[in-house]
Amino acid sequence: MHEPAPELRREFSGPDESGHFGPYGGAFVGETLVRAVAELAEAYASLSAKPEFWREFDADLADYVGRPSPLYLAERLGEAWGGARIWLKREDLNHTGAHKINNTIGQALLAKHMGKTRLIAETGAGQHGVASATVAARMGLECHVYMGAEDIVRQAPNVYRMKLLGARVIAVESGSRTLKDAMNEALRDWATHVDDTYYIIGTVAGPHPYPRMVRDFQSVIGREARRQFLERTGVLPDALVACVGGGSNAIGLFHPFLGDSDVAMYGVEAAGRGLDTPDHAAPLCAGRPGVLHGNRTYLMTDEHGQILDTHSVSAGLDYPGVGPEHAWLKDLERVRYVGATDRETLEAFHQLTRLEGIIPALESSHALAWAGRLAAKMKSGQNLLVNLSGRGDKDIEAVARLEGADFGTV
Amino acid sequence: MSRIAPCAARAREQERGLLIPYLVAGDPDFATTLALMRELVARGADMIELGIPFSDPSSDGPVIQRGVERALAGGATLAGVLELARRFRDQDGRTPVILMGYLNPIEIMGYGEFTAGCARAGVDGVLVVDMPPAEAGDLPALLAGQGIDRIFLVSPTTTPGRAREIIEYTSGYLYYVSLKGVTGAALEDRESVAGNIAGLRKLTDLPIIIGFGIRDEETALAMNALGDGVIIGSALVEKIEQLPPEATGHPEAIGEAAELIGKVRRALDHDGKRVS
Ligand SMILES: Cc1ncc(COP(=O)(O)O)c(C=O)c1O
Repeated sequence: MHEPAPELRREFSGPDESGHFGPYGGAFVGETLVRAVAELAEAYASLSAKPEFWREFDADLADYVGRPSPLYLAERLGEAWGGARIWLKREDLNHTGAHKINNTIGQALLAKHMGKTRLIAETGAGQHGVASATVAARMGLECHVYMGAEDIVRQAPNVYRMKLLGARVIAVESGSRTLKDAMNEALRDWATHVDDTYYIIGTVAGPHPYPRMVRDFQSVIGREARRQFLERTGVLPDALVACVGGGSNAIGLFHPFLGDSDVAMYGVEAAGRGLDTPDHAAPLCAGRPGVLHGNRTYLMTDEHGQILDTHSVSAGLDYPGVGPEHAWLKDLERVRYVGATDRETLEAFHQLTRLEGIIPALESSHALAWAGRLAAKMKSGQNLLVNLSGRGDKDIEAVARLEGADFGTV
Repeated sequence: MSRIAPCAARAREQERGLLIPYLVAGDPDFATTLALMRELVARGADMIELGIPFSDPSSDGPVIQRGVERALAGGATLAGVLELARRFRDQDGRTPVILMGYLNPIEIMGYGEFTAGCARAGVDGVLVVDMPPAEAGDLPALLAGQGIDRIFLVSPTTTPGRAREIIEYTSGYLYYVSLKGVTGAALEDRESVAGNIAGLRKLTDLPIIIGFGIRDEETALAMNALGDGVIIGSALVEKIEQLPPEATGHPEAIGEAAELIGKVRRALDHDGKRVS
């Protein structure tokens, strides 16, 4: 199906049959969903063993999404930062503007094969909601997107895009009114309409088989990048950097490189107002293991086991959990997880915009912010590959608001 | 030792359905919950399910979600729930108490400390909604070691093979979820309940208690006719929502909220006598 990835050490070859990455992952769902989750795992196992499935997937990615996405050498940015050469994997150029579509294309194919007629999704920044509404429109399926009431305000342009695409957007008013609450509501919907509904989770979290399945779909990023990098430079990059919300763009880039032990990897979480404040969304940097949304992983939880409210300037990273494979890679020390603050992120957002003419998503700007610090410490012959997971069109209003700029006047 | 089996045996002997109210511990504060628990027992509750408040109750509908939010706003914690159970036990040595909740608070407290706390508080059973037997780790063994029952759910989507596996892990009673959905949803497909319970009877002698969607005498009678008893949650939490502030100062209001259970008790008992 795909060109062979390098042989993986056993600890990187997870999950096991029941969806565990070491102590993390699993399928912690209420009884009503146990069968649905098991059926999904079976359907994915059987389909993913068939080359036709991947041919269909690859064809959609090529003709509809526009893959492969380019690998771009950002020379002016590299000069400004000093040190390593900076390469950007341009997921922002995908149809709908982010990596999220790689996953929804794959899951929509699965939904079709399973005979499901109704799609549901949760969304934070709205990118996954848009990507879900997009595949639903293309396949003529009903689509319901749960979105926290607070995020609806922060990401208004995406809300309208989903409506244009024919999806129903449902405002979630419970809890902290952000992504985690949208996910709770989607799980409730699924339990209620379990027979005809397919739940498209937007990241590598949730119960097994989602963390594995979404990783497999997103790994196209890393496979392409690895091949493109070798073709262009004849060597592998020295370091990879990606932002981590639930962790799908990061694992998508990292996974095909896990066996390349000389490639360093950095996952950048949202440090919000600082990791030493309560206002962040960095469970790997500052949380502890627990169980939420179907899997055991690092969480932002208080000492009584209540999930904490998170804060990030970017709605797509504003989530108290993270995919279980990242939890495992952290414990194995294969990937280093770090944070970028709101302020550093905004700085990087402007830098890329001004120096390269690329407006990045605020999520991706977290990766850029860390990459800038890392690059400066690297040698000039070294190469740093950053996953530019999405474009910033959805964020410009929010940035104007944050910076008190006058949106729409010259 | 758990009080659940003796309680169920008494009900069976008297040919009456088990009536189990569910309420969120600490909604809106622990003093009110304690007063409600006593009042529920006085009005005929056989056992009490105490919900452990959790910030992300993904199997619960809006009514219980709001109950949980009130409890958390009042500062409820798992340690506080155990303390509440202990205070109830000091006053009532007979009525079984079952804790029902989500895994994360228990995981963060630690399974060992949680089990010891349950034992000290005189808790009789534990039901963790988002912990299927396959993911339960050593929690069932720890609970069993203290004589605490392990309650699991069976739902309309549970296959017979899986029901067999769940029953192997279960003690006390089997909780049959009457509908596909979350707590507080409407009970629509009553026929499927009858068929599924008949199937479960072939697999186990455990009492089968039916919950989700039971909210008044009519639904309680219909479901009790199929199983060994009923659980009433959202309908009671709705009453608790209407309590005045500082409800412990208004015993009549507490009694009124608990009277939902009194009414269902009388309906079930009347029905039982008619049948026997
Ligand atoms: C552009 C972009 N990048 C990253 C993320 C974070 O998700 P993940 O960590 O799963 O890649 C989002 C989520 O909405 C996003 O829109």
